[in-house]
Amino acid sequence: MSQVAISRPPGVLRRMGRLWQVYLLVLPALVYLVMFKFWPMYGVQIAFRNYNPVDGFSGSPFVGWQHFERFFGSPQFERVLENTLTLAVVNLLVAFPVPVMLALMVNNLRDGRLRKFVNGVLYSPTFISTVVVVGMMYVLLSPRSGLVNHLVTLFGGEPVLFMGSPEWFRPLFVSSTVWQESGFQLVIYLAALSAIDPALHDAARVDGANTWQRIRHIDVPGILPTVVVLFMLAVGNLMNVSFEKALLMQTPLNRETSQVIQTYVYQAGLQQAQFSYSAAIGLFNSVINLALLVTFHVVVRRARRGQGI
Amino acid sequence: MGSTVQVTARRVIGVRRRGRTGGSLGDRVYTVVAAGVLGAAVLAIVYPLYFIVVASFSEPDAVNDGRVWAWPEGFTLDGYERLLGDARVWRGIGNSLLYTSLATALSVALILSAGYALSRKDLPGRNLITALFLITLFFDGGMVPRYLVVKDLGLLNTVWAMVLPNAVAVWNLLIARTYFRSAIPGEVREAAQLDGASELRFFFQVVLPLAKPLVAVLVLIHLVWNWNAFFDALIFLTDESKFPLQLVLRNILVQSELSATGNLSSDLASYAEQQRVGELVKYGMIVVSTLPLLIVSPFAQKYLNRGGVAGALKG
Repeated sequence: MSQVAISRPPGVLRRMGRLWQVYLLVLPALVYLVMFKFWPMYGVQIAFRNYNPVDGFSGSPFVGWQHFERFFGSPQFERVLENTLTLAVVNLLVAFPVPVMLALMVNNLRDGRLRKFVNGVLYSPTFISTVVVVGMMYVLLSPRSGLVNHLVTLFGGEPVLFMGSPEWFRPLFVSSTVWQESGFQLVIYLAALSAIDPALHDAARVDGANTWQRIRHIDVPGILPTVVVLFMLAVGNLMNVSFEKALLMQTPLNRETSQVIQTYVYQAGLQQAQFSYSAAIGLFNSVINLALLVTFHVVVRRARRGQGI
Repeated sequence: MGSTVQVTARRVIGVRRRGRTGGSLGDRVYTVVAAGVLGAAVLAIVYPLYFIVVASFSEPDAVNDGRVWAWPEGFTLDGYERLLGDARVWRGIGNSLLYTSLATALSVALILSAGYALSRKDLPGRNLITALFLITLFFDGGMVPRYLVVKDLGLLNTVWAMVLPNAVAVWNLLIARTYFRSAIPGEVREAAQLDGASELRFFFQVVLPLAKPLVAVLVLIHLVWNWNAFFDALIFLTDESKFPLQLVLRNILVQSELSATGNLSSDLASYAEQQRVGELVKYGMIVVSTLPLLIVSPFAQKYLNRGGVAGALKG
């Protein structure tokens, strides 16, 4: 007891009292946090209950692991899990390196106006909504009237039913991610690249290094910390890969590959009102996500200690 | 001709001429690769958008048969006429304006005030409070409990379902906190307090005016987010008259609801005719809904760069 009292700076309570107006500033955000973040977290317990609106989150009858067992035993389980992981990993591996490469090239453009132009064009899709991006895909990929299939037939091919084929879902999902989201990351990398001292490049040129060598030995090490941070963020979001886009791109014909955990939760939970069952699936998703995040943090921390990044 | 292109390309891509040889082989290869990749990337973004604009003004038959590539074929404004005669589109725009402005105002207000409070190093408990926010980055209740909470609060089918559930974006809160730490020196506050300014007065009269670049960035980010959001509207709103533009767009573009042509569709001769114009309406919808954002984008980019969103990531 007395130790605690001694180690504390004197008058914490008085200090807190003096700062009550500052607490008042943070209060609205805290109220929001409790209502819309912590209350749903508390509500996760319906995954172990048979939720009904009358008894609420904590009063509904307890059923244990029943909903999880039903999900793990369902024919949906393996396919949905596989679809989710495949889509997430492929999406990350393909879409993540693209803005890094683009940034290195844009950064090496000498002409200031051209650099601004390219940068501006590549950035602009960031402002286009997912609904419109997917809408563009439906219009441009339409088997009868779409631009892409006109090109395909022009070169003597058969029109492809892009939005209705399971095998086209992943390529389209990933390439539209690249199209829509590269620009945002590009800007972040360019900011990191602009912090690199130009004198390094001048010195390297005097030493006879060509552009590849300068990129490889100056630019790449310069943005590596930023790459690691953005990669961590991407891994943290792995299981949530823009499922809104998956939902928008989903048609009855491509469900075989487009049904991921979150779209399944949406259909089972909100469309068919199986609240507890889908809350259990959602919880399963969150737990995998958390495990990935923690694992990755540990790995990165170790790597950092080793390399001193 | 060829050498002019090469010289221009070399100047543009930024490989410095070395002596009379025109750069090493490596540099020349780089120039070609970079010009190819960046050219392809720019084309991949510009051409689809350009084509959609062109197609939206063209005779639907010409578009559907693949005769339109670079220039409108048989200029027509039919698509726009039908689209702008559709009451759902106008209602969607009105709803989106309302939701976007309310949600942005609330988010920015909450983030600024909380971000400032948490940037105060003399505030007992600030680490605990920050940790509470950080938890939500690692774990959340998921879609279903979130829906049930909004339902229990009686917010379904109200404006507030579009405004409250996403009010605080934790990343932006962290950006704000970092900004305030560097932008508001402790000495300024002590001086103001010696003059008898209360904490709240200091926040409103000194801190906020100093935070203008931050406010601009936050407003911009949230405007774009809120304007483009559709999923919350999908789950929280069932009343069609409350649908924001993105949900209307989704029903027309993705679900292909042919009634997109609205009340005017009754005068169309046949189903085939309706479908023909339906495609035209889709091109027009994409243009109308995207153009305002693309026009704003260069300015937005300037602000975002200046506000140092990227810089805050390092903090």
